[in-house]
Amino acid sequence: MSRLNVVLALLLMACALALIQSQHRSRTYFVELERLKKQAHMLDEQWGQLQLEQSTWANPARVDTLARTRLGLIAPPNDRVRIETLTAAP
Amino acid sequence: MNYHSRKLLKLNLAPWRMATVGSLMLVGLTVVAGRAFYLQGLNTDYLQGKGDAVANRNLILPAQRGQVTDRHGQLLAISTPVESLWARPGELKLTAAQQTQLARVLGMPGSELAKKMARKTRGEFSVRRPVTPEQAVKIAAMGVPGLHLRREFRRYYPAGEVAAHVVGFTNVDDLGQEGVERAYQDWLAGREGQRQIQRDRRGNTIRDLAPIKTAQLGGNLALALDLNIQYLAHRELAAAIAKNKAKGGSVVVLDAKTGEILALANQPIFNPNNRRNYKPGPMRNRAVIDTFEPGSTIKPFVAAAVLERGLFHPDSVIDTPETWRVGAKLVRDTHPHPQLTVSEIIQKSSNVGAVKMAMSLTPQQHWEVLHRSGFGQLPGSGFPGESAGRLRDAGTWKPVEQATMAYGYGLSVSLLQLTRAYMAFANDGEVMPLSFLKREPQEIAGVRVFSSSVAREVRAMMETVTQEGGTGMRTRVPGYRVAGKTGTAHKLVDGRYAPDRYLSSFIGMAPASNPRLIIGVVIDEPSGGVYYGGSVAGPVFAQVMAASLRQLALPPDAPESATRMTQNMLPVVARAGGGV
Repeated sequence: MSRLNVVLALLLMACALALIQSQHRSRTYFVELERLKKQAHMLDEQWGQLQLEQSTWANPARVDTLARTRLGLIAPPNDRVRIETLTAAP
Repeated sequence: MNYHSRKLLKLNLAPWRMATVGSLMLVGLTVVAGRAFYLQGLNTDYLQGKGDAVANRNLILPAQRGQVTDRHGQLLAISTPVESLWARPGELKLTAAQQTQLARVLGMPGSELAKKMARKTRGEFSVRRPVTPEQAVKIAAMGVPGLHLRREFRRYYPAGEVAAHVVGFTNVDDLGQEGVERAYQDWLAGREGQRQIQRDRRGNTIRDLAPIKTAQLGGNLALALDLNIQYLAHRELAAAIAKNKAKGGSVVVLDAKTGEILALANQPIFNPNNRRNYKPGPMRNRAVIDTFEPGSTIKPFVAAAVLERGLFHPDSVIDTPETWRVGAKLVRDTHPHPQLTVSEIIQKSSNVGAVKMAMSLTPQQHWEVLHRSGFGQLPGSGFPGESAGRLRDAGTWKPVEQATMAYGYGLSVSLLQLTRAYMAFANDGEVMPLSFLKREPQEIAGVRVFSSSVAREVRAMMETVTQEGGTGMRTRVPGYRVAGKTGTAHKLVDGRYAPDRYLSSFIGMAPASNPRLIIGVVIDEPSGGVYYGGSVAGPVFAQVMAASLRQLALPPDAPESATRMTQNMLPVVARAGGGV
């Protein structure tokens, strides 16, 4: 009888320690989760800002002006364009 | 051992002292117990609340407003968080050295900053909104008490004024005020979320106290707009307005097969990113909201009406004297021809011919065709404030009015509505519902307005407009067959038609063999000497059409120019649509 009590006491002890352990782990994981969420949020914001930047650079008005002024490009006049018609192979 | 027997240890206390000490201790105990009971038992709710207030927080999870993009995913509107600098005058401790540093970081003259900081307002005021991320880092590093950064969302429109009339804008509270931003406010806005958390002493989140109500992010929106075509339309329109010294103008580009609005540009313009100096005039989307009398661009509908009833054939010859009297009204042609076929009436835009055709219809029949084509009804684009135009009931028409209706006076339309109506000719009689949003082809069902043979006959007539002898020779697009109709209408000023103020318009489609694009152009009060629709609006049409056809890589359908080009045997410089 007393041996059983000892076993149970040890078991109880182990459970108590496990509880502490798991509680601690849950806290650490929670903190980690929060940190990663924050990071995800920051990356989202950064992505938005990069998209904004990209679209500002790629703005047709800007590309058009740069192409004409800095690169000296022109749309090909019609007599310099040849239309090729592709015929589907049988 | 008997303590009492030992003299040294013998207590010699008076009983009253014992009693006093004992009762004092009892009183002390009672006070402590009473206090404990008071705190724990009676006052617990209040104190628990206080404790929670320190440790628990209700966080509002902001819902970011959705993005607006064009049909290829190019960004048109995006919300992005920015930092802004706020100051609380009560707590502000700013040394002279810090102030100089702050002025340098903000790139602001020292005196201006000093004036701002000297403000004695209650609460807080904004010093600069927004600040750049680099500035934010530097300011945070300074750690001045009373100065803090606050995050807020700001809406940006990367395409700026190019797409401003379609996209619209939001106000400071992120509510859509105009355009798509307003029409789809509920979809774009999303819903705020909420989260209850417990914090420790250091401000770390320890646990959630309640299930998180996640914020519902605003939905993204893909418009039907093609930013490249939109830019071309914007550029060509702006150039034409400047060249013709006009008051304003609009361009609408429709996909004839799907009813999608590929581009819609107006002049004058406004910049949606600069929220100061707003004037309502330039912000108005003229193509959708303003109405005008269409003038000759209405004539194809008269032709369709008489063809459909078998009253005339495209080759029927009609006598067209220079003037023709209907009631008290003398209808006049500026370039008279003694006889014209129905097709030539459209080609040369003869008022007399159009009136003679219209008078063969009853007012009811005439009205019915215009009504069926969508005049006097909302075009159904869903754009805020879109205009239905005006088409009076046939019962009230006098013969004079029916006659003027034949060449486009006495009814009013918006450019979007008129361009939509031309879809019937472009799409073999079927009109597709308009859409500002990108659509999948299979989800669209059109409405039949004309039989496909009538639509094709009228389209063939409109093709002669752009050929030798037509009014729209400057609307030609090399390599493609173009069909369209010019319009030049006197403006109604204070109830009278002004002899020297015009609205010049052109509505056309290409490739005419199987139209894919319809472009409507209207120029308001050109005052550079030319005012005919074909000469003022026509070149805008031709430029935008040529560039858009190339953009969409549509094969040319004009045989003669194709053969001419192959004879030249020039090296291939650029292939249509090829990315070089």
